[in-house]
Amino acid sequence: MILAAAYKWDFGLVLSYTHLWAKGLGVTLAYSVGTVVGGMIIGVICGLLLLVRSRWVTLPVHYYVEIFRCTPLLVQIVWFYYALPIVLQVELPDWFAAGLGLTLYMGAFATEIFRGGIISIDKGQWQASRALGMTGGELMRHIILPQATKRMIPPFVNQSIIQLKNTSLLYVVAIPDLMYTGSIIVSDTFRPLEVYTSVAIAYFVILYPLTLWAARLEARVDQ
Amino acid sequence: MTSSGEVMVKVEGLRKSYGTVEAVRGVSLEVDRGQVVVVIGPSGCGKSTFLRCINLLEEPSAGTLQVGDRRIDFSDKRSTPRGRDLARFRARIGMVFQQFDLFPHMTALQNVMSGPVIVKKMAKSEAETVARDLLAKVGLSTFTDRFPRNLSGGQQQRVAIARAMAMAPEIMLFDEVTSALDPELVGEVLDVMKQLATDGTTMIVVTHEMAFARDVADQVLVMDAGQVVEQGRAEEVLLRPTNPRTASFLARFHSTIGERNA
Repeated sequence: MILAAAYKWDFGLVLSYTHLWAKGLGVTLAYSVGTVVGGMIIGVICGLLLLVRSRWVTLPVHYYVEIFRCTPLLVQIVWFYYALPIVLQVELPDWFAAGLGLTLYMGAFATEIFRGGIISIDKGQWQASRALGMTGGELMRHIILPQATKRMIPPFVNQSIIQLKNTSLLYVVAIPDLMYTGSIIVSDTFRPLEVYTSVAIAYFVILYPLTLWAARLEARVDQ
Repeated sequence: MTSSGEVMVKVEGLRKSYGTVEAVRGVSLEVDRGQVVVVIGPSGCGKSTFLRCINLLEEPSAGTLQVGDRRIDFSDKRSTPRGRDLARFRARIGMVFQQFDLFPHMTALQNVMSGPVIVKKMAKSEAETVARDLLAKVGLSTFTDRFPRNLSGGQQQRVAIARAMAMAPEIMLFDEVTSALDPELVGEVLDVMKQLATDGTTMIVVTHEMAFARDVADQVLVMDAGQVVEQGRAEEVLLRPTNPRTASFLARFHSTIGERNA
């Protein structure tokens, strides 16, 4: 048992692993950006598909979104990493299989954000555009999307912030992100308190400015 | 207000149902070029639905519709325009709505330019000339760079009229365009509509403004429960209705109709 009063904090040793820390941070950021961008592309495509009037199109998208919203992300990551290659009988690179669950998870939420942004636009905007003689593509591009994207940005930034934190779950499939790097340094130094405190601070330092920025964006959109 | 005898819109036996509810039950109407038709009736009588059927914002269930040289028979699904064809059909018909529905991310000028630029692919400079002329015509030359949120309801509705007119439509549809306005702003919008009528614009107007109907309409249609219960020249329908339901509906407006008769 470690007594708080007796414990001597020493960050010097832990922080001396600068090379490892930098790599871990790089992996975390790479997976964040990669899965957010991938998820965003999925979200735009699936969000547009949800607007199609055929149930044959919307129902599969609906189930995709619900499956990913109603199962834990940790389970998704593990399933896509271990089970999917066996189910599909294919060899997937580890880095890819690990990111797949995260990307599809982001995609599910991005789909909802995209759809929500579009349907939040007043019905009158659609009918006024149609009455002028615009085609579906024209009214989407010139009237609906310019207004909807403004409303999508704040929830999208929020989801991206959550996504960056979620990359820490990659730890379970041994992807050397910030969290996993921490565990390696712990096994080397036996200094878990300093290591995990440093990990927490690193996440906070990245995300706090982002949340401030998101709040400012939200205020601007509300105007 | 003058009619050349050339038929612009011809509707025959038009029906529109939503499931088992029939909102429009067999309406027929002929509008000549330059005519102003006013449609009145109690709320929920199907007059707005009827109007929206004319530019196919609602797809009629049965009947025929002819606008210019394009004739659609709704009993034959293949003759109903779809996609780009539908968009082109609507481009020839202007429509103004109760809630204005201006594009909030565009200035008044950009709103009026939107149809010509986006739909007709008109050069921006040319569209701007058209738009400035129309905004001047509705009395808003000094408001071209305002966004809709910085305009009063009456001003917004006048921009909406200019936006629809910018497409040089063959006919204009007005769907209770003064109902959402503060009473003191109704006049400025009605004045613009009267001017359009004087200029020879073909118009179908759904409204509760009986004085407007009396002063401007060539033809008045009274609807009730999805059907036309009375139809004819404005003064006959408004002042000497033959149908008891028309009479009781009009009784509520009598002071309005009579007020400027003296």
